[in-house]
Amino acid sequence: MTVPLLHVEGLVVRYRAASPGPPAVDGVTFDVAAGETLGLVGESGCGKSTIAFAIARALPSDASVSGTVDLDGTDVTALSGAGLRRWWRDDVAVVYQEPQSALNPTMRIGRQVAEVFAAQGLDDTQANRRTIELLDSVSMPDPALIARRYPHELSGGQQQRAVIAMALAIRPKLLVLDEPTTGLDATVERGILDLINQLRHELSSAILFITHDFELIERMCDRVAVLRRGTLVEQGAVDEVIGAPRSDYTRELLDCAIPRHRTKGNDPSLNHLDLQRTPMTAHPEIPLLSVVDVAHRYGQVVALDGVTCHIGRGEVVGLVGESGSGKTTLGRVITGLTVPDRGVVRLGPATIPANVRRRTQESRRAIQMVFQSPDTTLNPRHRVREVLQRARHKLGGTSSVDDLAASVRLAREQLDQLTATLSGGQKQRVSIARAIAGEAALVVCDEPVSALDVSVQATILRLLVELQHHRQVSLLFVSHDLSVVSYLSDRIMVMYAGTIVEEGPTEVVLAPPHHPYTAELLAASGHLPIVTNQDGSTAAAAAPDATVTQPTVAGASAQPTRGCPFFERCPLRIEGTCESVPPPIRDLAGGLRVRCHLPFEPSDQHETAA
Amino acid sequence: MSLESALVGQDVAVASTSPVTRRRRRWTRPTLLGSSVVIVIWIAAAIRWEWIAPFGPSEAQSGGRFVGPGTEHLFGTDGFGRDVLSRVLAGSRPVLTVAPLAVLLATIGGTVLGLILGYFGGLVDGVAMRLLEAIAILPPLFPAILVVALLGSSDTVLILVLAFSFTPIVAWTVRAATLVEREKPFVEAAHLRGEGAGYILGREILPNIAGAVVVEATVRLADAVFALATLAFIGLGAQPGSPDWGAQVADNRVNLQNAWWTVLFPAGAVASLVIAVSLVADHIREWKAP
Repeated sequence: MTVPLLHVEGLVVRYRAASPGPPAVDGVTFDVAAGETLGLVGESGCGKSTIAFAIARALPSDASVSGTVDLDGTDVTALSGAGLRRWWRDDVAVVYQEPQSALNPTMRIGRQVAEVFAAQGLDDTQANRRTIELLDSVSMPDPALIARRYPHELSGGQQQRAVIAMALAIRPKLLVLDEPTTGLDATVERGILDLINQLRHELSSAILFITHDFELIERMCDRVAVLRRGTLVEQGAVDEVIGAPRSDYTRELLDCAIPRHRTKGNDPSLNHLDLQRTPMTAHPEIPLLSVVDVAHRYGQVVALDGVTCHIGRGEVVGLVGESGSGKTTLGRVITGLTVPDRGVVRLGPATIPANVRRRTQESRRAIQMVFQSPDTTLNPRHRVREVLQRARHKLGGTSSVDDLAASVRLAREQLDQLTATLSGGQKQRVSIARAIAGEAALVVCDEPVSALDVSVQATILRLLVELQHHRQVSLLFVSHDLSVVSYLSDRIMVMYAGTIVEEGPTEVVLAPPHHPYTAELLAASGHLPIVTNQDGSTAAAAAPDATVTQPTVAGASAQPTRGCPFFERCPLRIEGTCESVPPPIRDLAGGLRVRCHLPFEPSDQHETAA
Repeated sequence: MSLESALVGQDVAVASTSPVTRRRRRWTRPTLLGSSVVIVIWIAAAIRWEWIAPFGPSEAQSGGRFVGPGTEHLFGTDGFGRDVLSRVLAGSRPVLTVAPLAVLLATIGGTVLGLILGYFGGLVDGVAMRLLEAIAILPPLFPAILVVALLGSSDTVLILVLAFSFTPIVAWTVRAATLVEREKPFVEAAHLRGEGAGYILGREILPNIAGAVVVEATVRLADAVFALATLAFIGLGAQPGSPDWGAQVADNRVNLQNAWWTVLFPAGAVASLVIAVSLVADHIREWKAP
């Protein structure tokens, strides 16, 4: 700790195109010691990636840099030509957010990694041997096989492991990790983070870990630097900064991070709503919406495999699962945007047409949707007022456009802006206002916050809770993030490979989770392992191994599954049963319904179930 | 993402410079400025060459035949002693009438067709696209030669036949753009609130593909100018002896050896207009690109 390996002082980066504006990075100073991990945290656009690029000398040519960047005695900013190339080759490695753009799609993985060794002067046999060793050290299931594959034949998690392997191949003095897990599924993310955590203790590199997520800072870093608009507002040991933030901005960031381990019921900022007394279902005998035996495939890929579920009036249902689990397809089937191969959707007691264009205006008004990507959810050529006016007109709304805007906390002057000029959070507010402009009884929210900054996510979620409470509209909230879903849902449905594997009231599903897949999701979302099996070992403790050895894309297998689709990844599988016998659906205490062979209650023998 | 995040700063930067500055920067590009000046000159000539041209385009001059370029006759005189400069200026009118009108028709027809085919898809789309492909693979001059040979040449025939040739190409571009737009969530949201095809095509999709349509129209304009000159050159457009650029080149090509100016100046006029329009098209494409 005495002599820092990386010393950055007074770093200023300015993009020439923006010369009149403030610099992207404005006088940043920090040190990273050998073997130490410094987290750089901040909202998007705060300059954290620019700092990483400046240090790695990867900025575009129109950026001007001043200040000191010193890595182990080398003045990095002064390097050029052969010296710069040698430095890149020997001393620095960067792992980016999207592994597929970091890998050359035309080269086999093994050759790409071996290239690094070749640059160091090793001959072919040596390079190949080291490559296999390295792929093994990043926990690739079958290194020799992986080495012969092309990047597109690997899952996202495996690709990122390959990129990390290449970064480690040179034993860099400086390792930059730029949001290395942001694009990955929660379960895969956990495996990668475990890997990085394990490696960082073995390496003597200085590590710069860039993220927008304090949760990751807490798990991965020794020290943290909080960045806002190009300047550092605070830095220090992780425990100190998170435990007792000195700057208001840090406190703000920490406060508005998604309240994990929390539900809307115990979120103090929603106390005024009196959520405890929300009637869950006004007419429980007839659900607002039912989906009966819906199946759909995209070509060979099974998206929905005979799903039946209900959504009550005024109920918030969370639909959670990893990408490819079919959750988005289910939401789209309900809205009528995707016409399923089989099955029906009922609104109240009546079956409604599968295609939204064939539905009556009445049933269309009842089901609205909030889409995932803020950038395509609104027509960029329309003004906010037009969007809301039109929605109100077509959906039979009674409240004025001004009131609508006010209900989602849009400023009045934003009404006359083109939607293209709004920020992501503002766009989602307009999108929500559009969905509730009329008499919607159910709003399907398809990952409405996953593309937003963490600081914005929480405000949007609270807004949804409030609107839902005031209007008594039902929500189907689709997300890959269990902590987001558990925050606002009355009931949770967990999807895997096109089937609902577990459903029930939120408290019952989560504490403790019954299905091993729910346990894995829970562990991946940062909660502690809860489930224990017969011999006392924890399921979540076993889960990371499962992700390490099988980080393939979930379910969505080309083969129709005979047994349980989760069989291969399941840490608690019963050999001889799970792979061949379809799991039974069982109703357990507290309204819980699980599709699994495991005996959950002493009274419930699995022989009778199977 | 790596590159993208590197560029985030730049995006912000570009957005922070005022639109006025950006517009000024565009206009200071020499190619764009030059092309625009050329186009404006030809448009002015097409509107009122009578005010600019030093002589009547069909008057034989007292100075005689085949006088080289000089102070009296800037572009010289042709085999009938007519002033080449005046003829070149006068020749801009037929070109700048027929080509824009043909392109306007093709753009409207192609846009409507492309929107409908792209949006509805299905069997009609399949059949129509094969048909359009069949038309599009013909060189644009082929139907023109056929029709003009059958019906004789007039401005109306030329406009219609060129519009017919260019419509499939425009429709193609618009259809491709529509296919992209119709999958966007804002279009799905329109379906969810029960909008009809007319609203979705006109208010949701068209404004977002207008840029592509403008680019396409500009490119076709350059094509149309060239096609017209070619038709006149092979004797299927303007009448021989008329001050049309293509016809002038055709009439005088035998004199290329001894009076190059009678061919070079009208040919140069065609080239200058085609190149200028193409360059402007390139610039529009650049602005419209995301």
